[in-house]
Amino acid sequence: MIEKDLIIIGGGPAGLKASKSALEAGAKVLIIERNPELGGQLIKQTHKFFGSEKQYAKTRGFNIAYILISELAPFKERLEIELDTTVVGLYKDYVVTTLKNEIYQKYHAKAIIVATGASEKVLAFENNDLPGIYGAGAVQTLMNLYGVLPGKEVVMIGSGNIGLIVSYQLMQAGVKVKAIIEAAPTIGGYKVHASKISRLGVPILTSTTIKKAYGTDQLEKVEIISLDDNWQEIAGSNKIIDADTLCVSVGLSPMHQLLSMAEIKMVCINELGGMVPSISAIHETSMKNVFVCGDVVGIEEASSAMVEGALTGLIAAERIGYTHPEFNELKNDYSIQLDALRSGPFGKKSRIGLDRLKVSEHA
Amino acid sequence: MLNITGIPSKEMIHAKFPSQASLQKPKAIIECYEDIPCNPCETSCLFKAISIGNDINSQPTLNSDLCTGCGICVYNCPGLAIIVAQIMPESARFKIPYEFVPVPVEGEIWHGLDRSGKNICEAKIVKVQQTIKQDKTILVTVDVDKKQIYDFITIRCPYE
Repeated sequence: MIEKDLIIIGGGPAGLKASKSALEAGAKVLIIERNPELGGQLIKQTHKFFGSEKQYAKTRGFNIAYILISELAPFKERLEIELDTTVVGLYKDYVVTTLKNEIYQKYHAKAIIVATGASEKVLAFENNDLPGIYGAGAVQTLMNLYGVLPGKEVVMIGSGNIGLIVSYQLMQAGVKVKAIIEAAPTIGGYKVHASKISRLGVPILTSTTIKKAYGTDQLEKVEIISLDDNWQEIAGSNKIIDADTLCVSVGLSPMHQLLSMAEIKMVCINELGGMVPSISAIHETSMKNVFVCGDVVGIEEASSAMVEGALTGLIAAERIGYTHPEFNELKNDYSIQLDALRSGPFGKKSRIGLDRLKVSEHA
Repeated sequence: MLNITGIPSKEMIHAKFPSQASLQKPKAIIECYEDIPCNPCETSCLFKAISIGNDINSQPTLNSDLCTGCGICVYNCPGLAIIVAQIMPESARFKIPYEFVPVPVEGEIWHGLDRSGKNICEAKIVKVQQTIKQDKTILVTVDVDKKQIYDFITIRCPYE
């Protein structure tokens, strides 16, 4: 058993910012990351980010990852990073178990921050296992991280920001996007992203869903169908689109499995993406000294994940005896930033979800 | 319309344009129709011509008297929602953001597209600006038929 002060599970935007806060406060930190490099989903985001300067607005996502990683450099004597390492267990006695190169390791921590992020939701339809059918995240990884095109002609399912952004990036890579289909009656993501697609002649088809995929060895055709106001298929509205790639972008689910394993109190809140841990105002779960930040406690933009991470890192470090010299000022500033990011119409779901989460804590 | 197709209506577009008299000089046209948490247009403008205010979710407003049409906001807008428009004696001149390859070359004639992606006119490439601070969002100056002042939005490479 290896003893640690603070273990941060997940080296994405939330985990990296949490690490920086805790290191600045003086804590010793171990970051455990499943992937071969830090940065989480940021490393494949080639578009410029929204938000304000404090959240690195107008900087491309992969460059934000570089910034967040370089911010940790001054603390390297107190920072340990385990890459290519999957956390396979989180237990009630603060034991974290990992697997790396088939070697099983046991750690014990004074405090733990779970910043595991989210996974993509899947969609049920006939032949959805044909080669050529991907999650949007996989397409982005192939294309932007490894320089591999997923195909030549794509249909995108889902018009949330991920669906819109990945469609634009596919076009930048020279792939033909045939259509974006969306089951809801209106576009889900930011309209500025939608307009970038429309002006390049790609139709966004709302109130439309996928009926079936066709192909022998791989995807060849996609059958789509229109939906009425009650989300029922309109008979006879079927259309066939030729495509070798189908990209599914129908939302994200918080990666709550480790929390559930430790029997941390969970609640199902649709507005936050599904099963999320019940938390206190300082992001602590029902298990003392286990904190959460980022998409694992509700699906939002990376900008909010970074600020939540920074806030949670401060608090977790304080809990184990390392109070940041500017604790109160920073805590207040991060709370103001989060409120600002969530105050508009796109923050409504998060606001409702987080209110429900607060109620659940007292129940 | 915008909510369903991603294409703003004519009325929405016209509301973002200053007067014809004002357009004798280059002016930013900010097509941000939705409250989203974002403010690089405001913070990048050297002339304080764009204001969002205290709530970062508010839509930007342009003071066209202060706007010089420099185009800094065009490549700083993460939503690629800003262009600069000017009415010239013989053409409508635009500065647009562009993030595709091939990069246009001065003097070439490209396709001019409207907001639905339809090829509506010829677009003469007047200038192509690429600096490090633009971070790969190229600023292209193009001349199109004056009639297309409210309809032109971007360019497409003619040799695909």
